[in-house]
Amino acid sequence: MTIASIREVEVDYAGRGKALGPFSLAVREGEIVSLVGPSGCGKSTALRLLAGLEAPTGGEALRRPAPGEAAVVFQAPTLAPWLSARANAALPLELAGTPRRPAREKADAALARVGLAGAENARPGQLSGGMAMRVSLARALTTEPRLLLLDEPFAALDEITRRALADDVLALWAQSRPAIVFVTHNVEEAVYMASRVVVMTRGPGRIAGETPVAGPIPRQPGFRTSEAFRQTVELVSGLLAQGMAA
Amino acid sequence: MRRLAEILAPVLLLAVLLGGWEIACRALAVPAYFLPPPSKVAQSLAQDTPSLLKAAWYTLSNALVALVIASLLAQALALAVALSRILERAVQPLTVVLQVTPVIAIAPLVNIWAGTDHPGRAVVALAVVVAFFPIYSGALAGLKAVDPDLSRLFDLYDARPLQRLFRLQVPSAVPFVLQGHKVAAGLAIVGAVVAEFVAGSGKVQGLAWRIMDASFKLQTARMFAALVVLGVMGAVLYALLDVAERAGLRWWRGR
Repeated sequence: MTIASIREVEVDYAGRGKALGPFSLAVREGEIVSLVGPSGCGKSTALRLLAGLEAPTGGEALRRPAPGEAAVVFQAPTLAPWLSARANAALPLELAGTPRRPAREKADAALARVGLAGAENARPGQLSGGMAMRVSLARALTTEPRLLLLDEPFAALDEITRRALADDVLALWAQSRPAIVFVTHNVEEAVYMASRVVVMTRGPGRIAGETPVAGPIPRQPGFRTSEAFRQTVELVSGLLAQGMAA
Repeated sequence: MRRLAEILAPVLLLAVLLGGWEIACRALAVPAYFLPPPSKVAQSLAQDTPSLLKAAWYTLSNALVALVIASLLAQALALAVALSRILERAVQPLTVVLQVTPVIAIAPLVNIWAGTDHPGRAVVALAVVVAFFPIYSGALAGLKAVDPDLSRLFDLYDARPLQRLFRLQVPSAVPFVLQGHKVAAGLAIVGAVVAEFVAGSGKVQGLAWRIMDASFKLQTARMFAALVVLGVMGAVLYALLDVAERAGLRWWRGR
């Protein structure tokens, strides 16, 4: 069953030209899709369309997630600086009307899941970039979303933190198996994170091609050095090169 | 060493300026009614301390009352305007006209409305008018300066307008509102002093009246003494609000 689906959508910003499309993508329940493409191809726009945060100027959104079904993690942690990590993580539940105490208990549990037990009272300004991103992830998890949209969430982090967070996201996925759409411009990260990689052309982005990724998730320790990984990375790189020339 | 030099630099400059002023007055035998030497100003300050402090408190208390009223009005209007785009359009021309009209030009009118028996009311009212805008425009800019991604998040979680206002826009506006108050405090004193000048009666015994009274009698040293008190008062108020702003920002950011 699909959780979010857009068909032949286009986004044309008046005055700024066409940003996306025509572009189609259906996300099935429980799958992890990486959306990879060059900078400016409209990946984030596609993500906002899938979330229902933006309406297409052409084409149609066949299925939009219902309120509370989807959660987004942006490139920056996007935390409220005036709230503690706990209050930030509890925000979606409190907005939906959950009383403060149970909302904050769930937030504490979500913070513990992302490895931030003990940091509940810290403010975003007191956290490192990686920790702030974990709070952002915890906030997305508190509502137990069926669709998790990740918009280049590791882009501003160092390599070691990126890899640790990537494994953490996959481990979290294994617990409740939400559908994940993972936007990135890093080919290796796209392959590592997903069961399916969708490659976009340069902007306005269309689909250049897609490929499934073999292997169990969470990834096994030797996955990055495996032949299957290397071959898929090469395939995706090839599609990306075709997309750039298109 | 460098820190010490930074602290001493303004003190040293002031000392050099005052010294030069004193020497020039004595050497050129400048008449005291034209430009009194700093020593005469200091003498006048010392003599008039009780009455100067009383006058300063009159001006300051009016300015502070005005600041509180302006703060409440400006923030209430900014909140209402943030909720209604139509109201914003309706209010905008009026606020611009009031903002660009010099306070001195409307002071006589406000004096009439306040009644000649209540010049204090006119002083407060005019100080409110000038203190209003920095807080209003700061609050309004702050209410609109919301992180767009955080705003999308509120969209995603279907936040109601009031939730958006009080859980996103109001907290986002805090740094802007603090900054607005700092600017408004100085302007409230300006407004109070201008109103005192226009009221011009013995019933308004603030610092402006002291300056006018001394000028009628050509007691220039007394004018300078009142100006010194006015300057120090403004600077202290600004410094206090600067400290309050920093403390507020530390609380807002949690560090």
